[in-house]
Amino acid sequence: MFKWFGKVNFTPYTKVSDFAQHLRDGHLMASRCKSCGAASFPPRADCEACMSDAFEFFEVSGKGKLHTFTKIVSAPTGFEDVVPYTVGVVDLDDGGKALAWFGETIGEDDIRIGMELQVVPRIFEELEEIKVYYSLERPGTAWSKV
Amino acid sequence: MTRVGIIGIGHGTFGRRSDATVQELAFEAFRTAMEDAGIDRDAVDASVIGSVPEYHKQRSLAGVVQEYLGLVPKPTWLTEVACASGSAAMRTAWMAIKAGVHDVVAVIGCQKMTELSTPEILALMGRVGEVQWESGFGTTFPGYYAMFAKRHMHEFGTTRDQLLDVAVKNHHYGAMNPYALFRKEITKEKASASEDVATPFQVYDCCANADGAACVILASEERAREISSNPVWLSGMGCASATMSVLSRPNLVGLPSAEAAAAQAYEMAGIGPDDVDVADVHDCFTVAEIMAYEDLGFCKKGEGGPFIEEKQPYIGGKVAVNVDGGLKAKGHPIGATGVSMTYEIAKQLRGEAGERQVPDANVGLTHNVGGIGQYCFVQVMTRE
Repeated sequence: MFKWFGKVNFTPYTKVSDFAQHLRDGHLMASRCKSCGAASFPPRADCEACMSDAFEFFEVSGKGKLHTFTKIVSAPTGFEDVVPYTVGVVDLDDGGKALAWFGETIGEDDIRIGMELQVVPRIFEELEEIKVYYSLERPGTAWSKV
Repeated sequence: MTRVGIIGIGHGTFGRRSDATVQELAFEAFRTAMEDAGIDRDAVDASVIGSVPEYHKQRSLAGVVQEYLGLVPKPTWLTEVACASGSAAMRTAWMAIKAGVHDVVAVIGCQKMTELSTPEILALMGRVGEVQWESGFGTTFPGYYAMFAKRHMHEFGTTRDQLLDVAVKNHHYGAMNPYALFRKEITKEKASASEDVATPFQVYDCCANADGAACVILASEERAREISSNPVWLSGMGCASATMSVLSRPNLVGLPSAEAAAAQAYEMAGIGPDDVDVADVHDCFTVAEIMAYEDLGFCKKGEGGPFIEEKQPYIGGKVAVNVDGGLKAKGHPIGATGVSMTYEIAKQLRGEAGERQVPDANVGLTHNVGGIGQYCFVQVMTRE
């Protein structure tokens, strides 16, 4: 059910749609190629290294360091109600990068490039439709349903 | 294989063109270029249109432009690689002539961006990045480049003032360009007082949407020599891509596609960055011009900030950059931009740029980026 992923979702159908189901259960998953073992986050169904189409999910810690960030003031359609919001790119300890919002455990003035972060699953189930995403939090923050 | 020469150039006024359709804008540039070349439409074998389709209500734009220019039934097609669509049109026309398929090709970059409603623009804005993993977090075009700026500042000590120096320079020269959207000098004080867009960017760090068109006529060496007394040669043509997702990039302080395209163009032309007298680079945001200095080798990686602070990209400095005002002051009708850059550099190499003329300009360069560096085209242009 990849349509659950993101505040606005543009890609409801994908071969890695179980990612959103795992996120709803509190697990942040990367993909691993069953043929050559290459790992990827964000996950991908088809291996960039060896072109195999056999993959499996595995759970990652989500821990990493902040690579860069920006506070977006001028927002696109679907984000008017949350503006301004700050997005960051994280270099994950397990490999790959993630882009996400900063969560409530980090104040705007405390954001520093290079700081330790954790990508943590977030779930909204009270809404008319299920929404899942992940946010950038202090390391050790537990995943939660909001 | 034949060399490819530019035998005619034309440019329309950039801005909010509520007076014209997109094909009417294309006509302005095409007519001027044909007059400049001194040829009739019979001499044109084909046209290539650079434009980004989602801004126009008219689908399949090449057809309506071709009809309005009176070029039917000659071949035509559209090229699209976001903000580098005009340079893709240049490259495919160059390839067609190099291959011997066509001898004379009209390249038209045209775009009408101001007909969309604000909600339509805001919806488009939300899909500039990779939509599966990034757009769901509300990323925007300025937001992406802002993250490059933050990282560049972090790694190299580039300052807020140095970013704004780029805007001040491009408005300085834009004031001298009759085709520019903004023909006014600005001060750093004014720029730094403008509204926030995506930190560290404020309004004056960002180029503006615009309507407009530019056209160049390309010809094989044999035809160019027959038709033109002052052809400008496409001596080095580089083109490369980078990952759509910024999450897959090796770093966020430069554009790998630009470095690769520049290396190809320099090698083909048999020159290096120190040989370039004048360049038009893709300054969609202030940091993009600073990264361009570095990616093109005008200065070392990380030294783009001091490079602008020391006025090296001004006329009289190491290399004159964006002395037509750049995207920042000229406006950025995305499909037209690559052709507009080619127009300006041809004008400079012909010594016809008036008060913004770079003295003794022999070697010029264009650097046109699509998206957030997913595509980059670099052209080295020379005169005899």
